[in-house]
This record gives sequence, structure tokens and C-alpha cells, in this order.
Amino acid sequence: MNAVTGTMTGSAQDARSLVIRDLVKEYRRGQPVLRGINLTLPGRGMTAIIGPSGTGKSTLIRCINRLVEPTSGQILFMGQNLAQLRGRQLRAARRRIGMVFQEYNLVERLTVMENLLSGRLGYVPVWRAWLRKFPQKDIDRAFELLDAVGLGQYATQRADALSGGQRQRVGIARAIMQEPDLILADEPTSSLDPKTSVEIMDILSALAGERDIPVIVNIHNVELAKRFAQRIVGMTGGKIVYDGPPDGLTDEDLRTIYGGEDWLNDRADG
Amino acid sequence: MPGTAIHREWERFTLPQKLGRYALYLMAAIAVVWSFRTIEIIAEFLYDSPAQIADLFTRMWPMDWSYFGSAVWSSLVETMHIATLGTILSLGIAMPLGLIAARNLTPIPALNWFAHFLFVTSRSVNSLVWALLFVAVFGPGPLAGTLAIAFRSIGFVGKLFAEALEEANKGSIEALVAAGAPVRSQILMGYWPQVRPAFWSIALFRWDINIRESAVLGIVGAGGIGVALDTALNLLYWDQVAVVLLTIFVVVILAELVVTAIRQRVL
Repeated sequence: MNAVTGTMTGSAQDARSLVIRDLVKEYRRGQPVLRGINLTLPGRGMTAIIGPSGTGKSTLIRCINRLVEPTSGQILFMGQNLAQLRGRQLRAARRRIGMVFQEYNLVERLTVMENLLSGRLGYVPVWRAWLRKFPQKDIDRAFELLDAVGLGQYATQRADALSGGQRQRVGIARAIMQEPDLILADEPTSSLDPKTSVEIMDILSALAGERDIPVIVNIHNVELAKRFAQRIVGMTGGKIVYDGPPDGLTDEDLRTIYGGEDWLNDRADG
Repeated sequence: MPGTAIHREWERFTLPQKLGRYALYLMAAIAVVWSFRTIEIIAEFLYDSPAQIADLFTRMWPMDWSYFGSAVWSSLVETMHIATLGTILSLGIAMPLGLIAARNLTPIPALNWFAHFLFVTSRSVNSLVWALLFVAVFGPGPLAGTLAIAFRSIGFVGKLFAEALEEANKGSIEALVAAGAPVRSQILMGYWPQVRPAFWSIALFRWDINIRESAVLGIVGAGGIGVALDTALNLLYWDQVAVVLLTIFVVVILAELVVTAIRQRVL
């Protein structure tokens, strides 16, 4: 069906590889946002999904952990079809998939430490969450991660006291707390300045890389995508129109993805 | 081209909007006139009223302070108990109902509707009427008053609590869902931290209102300081009535001050 899918497929034998087959999402009947996505992602490294606003990048990523219900298709991961899981099984699958959000999505009135520990909510019983009696090994890991993202001294601060970049570091640490087999990042840098964006991508790619966790990131910034990802997936109009290594991404491909070409010329001038 | 300025028309309201506004003014005027006719003001009583009020005040003065020790103090304590227990009871009932009423937390319209129906029922019945019902069931006394306060408060507390839940930041909850948190953990770690200030604000505000409401419940026999007021009124002991009214006034102001002070610390 999809000619571009074949250009670069990760080895499907990897335990953490992700296979998406014929994924369709219609928010309204007859108006598909995703028009049959076929994608095989390797079990390691970072994959960047680029494309114009409103083209379904976010919908695609949210279908994987079912924050958005796919209309049809299969999402195969760790021997399960994520598209068909329900209830307890869905929760069990979700806790193995970390997510980083554009607006950080921390619980602002909780402390940084509590936000990190909330990454463990899929594992710990409700009474432990209620009494804040998290297992010591979770607390140890949380402190390690806070040190790793450079927020060691902020553990007892409330999340709303942090800057945007600091909040996103907490967001990444929270995702890693889940001990995930996959990290989804939905525009993690879009609310941040250019310098902070690079720092955040550095942290994300380093923390995930050390643990060999594959990352799928939606990103507006093509330069950032090329710099950090080992693979680029270009989407337009709910379809994949480019799938390959960052070096292979030509201006012609960008024109196909984003349409028009004036913006490319402007960039060359600047 | 300079000099050929074309004036583009702009008016704040279109013609139908203007007509609609004038119609609204006219209807308001009619409603006021109609109301005056309905309430049947008797001119003689109106002219007489300053003298009546002056007379009332002379009967109230000097106040009978002995009444405070003999009846008012103990019934005042009863009033505070009715208000406080009634508020706590209503919180206990309204919070689970609020969880059911919040559309984001309970995505089942029938249940949302059911909870809202209970809220409306609770609020549409005045606390005096609730008190009459409970006096009929449990007999006169503070138990009837406490239940009346609680049932009147459920709608108020539940509705505002549900609204606070619905205003909770969706993103934060989404993050917990994505982490595989069960619903109860989402409530404890996601919703509760976000609605906690609203919760305390609602609870204190309702307690403040309930102190005022429970002060009159005694008139229908549901206990509290209203009993002392009713007795004095029936006996036309205006000097005692004055003591009760002044006591209620002072207590309401004190409650207001306490609530404001606590709220500043909590929020």
C-alpha cells in the first residue's frame, strides 16, 4: 500500500520495536485525520515525526497509548495489539509507555518529587499513592533522575514554582520513572525558547539512550529533528510522505511535506 | 489616493439588535409597575411605619441581659453544633455525588444527570422547609435542624465541588492516564491537589452560611438559638428579642472573620 514504508524499516525482531498497520482515525465519520498509516519503528533510537500543523502527528502519537481511540488498524508492541486492549490490560500497557507533553502536564500544586512519583502510579497501590508511602526504591530512583536532569535541589518545591524548561525536565524524568519500553514525546519543545529546546532534546535523548528506550517525538522544528533523530517520518494530510534518515531529507521532500516553497527560499536568504 | 477618503459605516448594534434592546427595556419597566401593583401597598401602614419602628426600638431598650445567661448562650452553642455537624454531614454526602456529577470524571450522562437532579432537589427546598419535614419525622430538636442544614447544603456544596472538578487541568490528568494510573489514583494525585483550595473555600463558605441559616431553624422547632428568639417573640418580650438579635449579629460577624482568616491561610 504505502510505497515509502519500505525505505527504512528497523529490524522487527527488536523486543521494543513498534509496528503500526493501516491505522485510521476519524474524529468525524468520513473525515479521516489519519489515512492508513503503516510504520515499523526500531526498538532503539529516536524517530522524529515532522509535518505541518493539523496533519495528525499528535493524533498518531496519541493513538499509540490510546489517549486517542483509533478508528481501525493495528498497533503491535511487545507482543500485543495496543489498539484492542481494554481496562486493566490497557493500563498495564500504558505504564510501559512514557509520555512527554508540550505543556508539560505536571500537577502544578504538587511538589516536584510527587510529580516524579506519579510516574509510578501504574505500579503502586492506591493507598500508597494516597498516603504518599511510595517504595524506597522509587524514591531513590526519583532522586537519581532529579540529579540527572539537574534539579536535585528542587525535590520539595511545588511544580508551579519552576520555569518552562525546568518543568519539561520534570516531565521527562516522570516519563523515565515509569521504566518505559517506549517514550512518546508530543511537541516537547514547542513552548520553549531555542536554547532550552536543545537542552531538553539533549536530556531526552541522553536519558532514553542510556536505557536503550526508543523515542518517538513529534516536532515542529526540522533542524532539531535532523540533529537528534536517527530517522525522520514526514507526514502531510494524514499520510506518511517521507520515511528515512535525516541526511536523505531534501528540500524537495520538505516541499512535499509542508507544501509551497517560499518559506524554503526565505530560509536560504536568512 | 489622498483626498478620496471613503467612509466605511460602523455601528455597534444592528437594527434588529437595537429593537431587541429597546423591547427588553420596555419589558423591564412593565415588570416593575406590575410588581408594585401586586404587592398591594397599604398607604396608611406605610405612613405609620416610622412610628412603629421607633416604638419597637423603645420596647427593645434596655436589653434584658439576664436572658443571655438563662437561655441564649446554651441555644447559641446548639446552633453552632447544628451548623458545624450539618456542614460536615453535607460534605460527606456531597463529595461522592460531586465525583458522579463531574462530566470529565464520570463520562456517563445518566449518572451526571442523576447527581445534578439531587443537587437541584436539595437546593430548591428552603432549609426551613427541610426543617419542618425533619421535625415531622424525628420530632423537634437539634437532630432535625442538623439534617435540615445538611440536606439544604448538599446541592450547594455538590454543585460547586463538581464544577471545580470539571475545571481541573485536563493535561495533568492526561499525564496520569498515560502513566497507567487507575482512576482512584488519578483522583488522589491528579484531581484532589487541583480542587483542594476550592474544596476548603466551599466548605468554609457553606459553614458561614449555615451559621446564619441554623439561627432561624428554631422558629419551626428544629433547635438552636431560634428557639430562644421564637419564645421571646411569642411573649412579646422585645428586650429579650433584642439580646438574641444582637447575639446572632455578633456571631455572624465573628464567623465571617474566622472564615476569611482561615481562607487566606489555606489558599
